[in-house]
Amino acid sequence: MTRSEEVAMTERKKLALLLMDAPYESARTTTALRLVDAAARRGLDLTVFCYEGAVALSFARQAPHANAVHGRDVAQEDHPNPKDWIAALMVQAEQSGGRLAWINCGLCVDERGVGEVAAGIGRGSPVDFWKAAEAADNTLVIPTRG
Amino acid sequence: MSKRILQVVEGAYRATIEEQDDTVVWFTQAIKGGGADVTVLLRGHAVNYAVKGQDASGLAFGDRKQTQPPDLSGDLVRMIAKGVSVYVVRDDLAARGLTPADLVDGLTPVTTAEIPAMLGRYDLVWHW
Repeated sequence: MTRSEEVAMTERKKLALLLMDAPYESARTTTALRLVDAAARRGLDLTVFCYEGAVALSFARQAPHANAVHGRDVAQEDHPNPKDWIAALMVQAEQSGGRLAWINCGLCVDERGVGEVAAGIGRGSPVDFWKAAEAADNTLVIPTRG
Repeated sequence: MSKRILQVVEGAYRATIEEQDDTVVWFTQAIKGGGADVTVLLRGHAVNYAVKGQDASGLAFGDRKQTQPPDLSGDLVRMIAKGVSVYVVRDDLAARGLTPADLVDGLTPVTTAEIPAMLGRYDLVWHW
């Protein structure tokens, strides 16, 4: 890393987010990804910590499906998988001069059997989120409800 | 100096049987172990975590028994012993007919009206 890159990284605003909802269960997930997208486009230094069901957002075996009700095959349906959105957000962050670190709670991964994750996904503990929050300019926790 | 964190626990009994604990109380203990300066505020249905004598044992599906049921009030006691202050909303206790005699020791009661000023004493407020 060059000196200018180090300075740029130091000066970038840092955000830490915690997600908790499992994929395809709540509009909160889409809202959270919208926030991450907006921040990524601004070149922020982002850490997303996935807790409980949210660890499945990056599960590598997610697959798009056809939809007979819509009358569309797999290609036509173009069903979004959150692992692909996460990958796209990582690319977006990098292209904008920022960074997106996506970390799964390791124990949450194990108890759900979703350890096979997409490329670039990290594994950690609540302490990693706490450290990210300590370093961040702001933090947002989005828990499950109901 | 670490940021002061307030964990507001409102969503209660969320998968506690499956997880053998409350996931936010567990999270709090984990970051406290890492060095976090963290406080807990129980509100809404979560005030019931402080009630003594809860017993979630006995669950079995077929011959598979839950041998380590959650001990939510015990977790609070252990957390308090480790230096985590646990506040509980007095109004929410009253609304559920709970009195101090029903609760474990070491809690700090707070009224709803006092919460706004309380929030101002923390750098981060995480509402679960």
